[in-house]
Amino acid sequence: MVVSLQDYEPIVGAGELEELRILAGYVGARRLLNISSTSVGGGVAEILTRLLPLLRELGIDVSWEVIKGDQGFFAVTKAFHNALHGTEQEITEEMLEIYRANTEMNLREMNFTGDVVVIHDPQPAGLILRRSEMGRHWVWRCHIDISTPDLRVWDFLRPYVDSYDAAVFSMPNFSQPLSIPQFMVAPSIDPLSDKNRELEPIQITRVLEKYDLDPDRPILTQISRFDRLKDPVGVIAAYRLVKKRHDCQLVLAGGGAPDDPEGIEVLQEVHEAAATDPDIHVLLLPPYSDLDINALVRSSTIVFQKSIKEGFGLTVSEALWKKKPVIGGAVGGIRTQIINGITGFLVHSPEGAAQRALQLLANPELCARMGENGYQHVKQNFLLTRHVKDYLLLMLALDRPDEDIVHLA
Amino acid sequence: MIQPTPFRFYTERRLVTLTGLQVCTLAELLAILHEVPGSSIFYHTHHLFLSHHFEKPVVYNEFALWLSEALQENALAEKIAMIDLRAFTSIRQLRNTLISFIQTHMDSANQRPRVCLPGSEFHFCRSKSFVFPTSIVAHDVADFFSKLPRLQTFRCSFIFSRLAFGSNAGRTTFPFGWSRVDKANSPRPSICSIPMPALLMS
Repeated sequence: MVVSLQDYEPIVGAGELEELRILAGYVGARRLLNISSTSVGGGVAEILTRLLPLLRELGIDVSWEVIKGDQGFFAVTKAFHNALHGTEQEITEEMLEIYRANTEMNLREMNFTGDVVVIHDPQPAGLILRRSEMGRHWVWRCHIDISTPDLRVWDFLRPYVDSYDAAVFSMPNFSQPLSIPQFMVAPSIDPLSDKNRELEPIQITRVLEKYDLDPDRPILTQISRFDRLKDPVGVIAAYRLVKKRHDCQLVLAGGGAPDDPEGIEVLQEVHEAAATDPDIHVLLLPPYSDLDINALVRSSTIVFQKSIKEGFGLTVSEALWKKKPVIGGAVGGIRTQIINGITGFLVHSPEGAAQRALQLLANPELCARMGENGYQHVKQNFLLTRHVKDYLLLMLALDRPDEDIVHLA
Repeated sequence: MIQPTPFRFYTERRLVTLTGLQVCTLAELLAILHEVPGSSIFYHTHHLFLSHHFEKPVVYNEFALWLSEALQENALAEKIAMIDLRAFTSIRQLRNTLISFIQTHMDSANQRPRVCLPGSEFHFCRSKSFVFPTSIVAHDVADFFSKLPRLQTFRCSFIFSRLAFGSNAGRTTFPFGWSRVDKANSPRPSICSIPMPALLMS
């Protein structure tokens, strides 16, 4: 479904859209080049897929390129990803050399330019080496939590990052000391995407039938890539505790991403933990399963996002938007989306997750109230139109780095 | 009768900037408060007022929130939470008040200094504000009040301009000049009579 800016008016109001148009007028026809590591799978690709067409509609000349890399390179960057999250990883000089070599290869082959170049996450960070040829302003957009990084990896990446004009993080505590300005921009969801728009009851029913789910029993769901940092095995442990008192079902659904080679291993671990329980549904979804995901969440009683480490956790806002209470790990961006006791619960263990699930299952009114709170919270803070505005402000900010108050008129 | 100059409403939107400064004790907070940019003080004392809430916060001052939640310095937090922002026409005054409250508390406290848990540090942010005109224009007093509901940031204009531009800012940002041409329907008394809590928390 092709959407335009006007389609958001019933949700955010005409005033919000007018502000976007006014700000875009000040930005002008600047070329905004985004570079990331993949065009499918994961939150970054999802955001850019929805965000860039709206910026284009506002008159910004946007483009999006993806770096090349083989399995070896993406295995290295996955290790970097885990290490930057503070997970113990073996990092060798050979891995650093693979990163440098892949960066050099991309620099030789890429032929793109922009007035503002936004590099997403560590994988393409080295492209800054060609900054003067490729763009005027460079921004490193970090989507992950690097508050407790493996210093070997961070010390390797930091010289690249310090060469940018600015860095962007999703939360204050995700950042690291840098010599460049740092901005905070939260990610967002698109309320009109297939993953988030309203569905007809028959659409939800069909999905339940497709995955052999019983609509008459509570469904507990976690939607995430199969990644250890999302703790799917911990969610199974929580479910087993809940199951002792409530006859419920568990859905663990997620897709893979081309730049995540660990996914298959983790999926195997999840299948082993699920064993032969017919009420645990482990679903490896193909790309473009957004309608199924939408229906699964809408049919759920409770949604988990029991991450051990998390950047933002878009799935939380997606569930809150659908008025579902969310039980999430008290980490990363989940803490800005789940206001404890108001839009959901923050937990620290499978036992904590189980305890809160039992509390919610025993109190449907609490579920409904939290659901409504979560919807309002997302509406005010985590919608795509807010994100568009932040991009526009960021482009304006790069022109006037030393001013706290910028008069645009 | 001289027609008043049409009044164009401006609005403000901000990007949050990370300063990279973080603290985990009261002493560290005090030290940073002396040197952190004024825009950071403004951000942590005002941004919750300038944001929409589906459930109104009990406390709008983020220093107070952190003192209470992370350090359990509840008495000090309550004092800081009750600081009346209306009393200030400069960030410097507000900064000095915060410093004074904390210093006094530290001087009188006889307990071991508290340290927040890892992950609960206070991160100093600041805002980069962008001020720009909207398309909303009022041509007279009645028109002015009829268009106010269209604004999301009326309270922002009032408070922000006052702190950013000084105590006379209201005269340039609000149509007080209309009082000279149309005394009977001047908006000035109406605007000035709006209680600040209602203004800030609407």
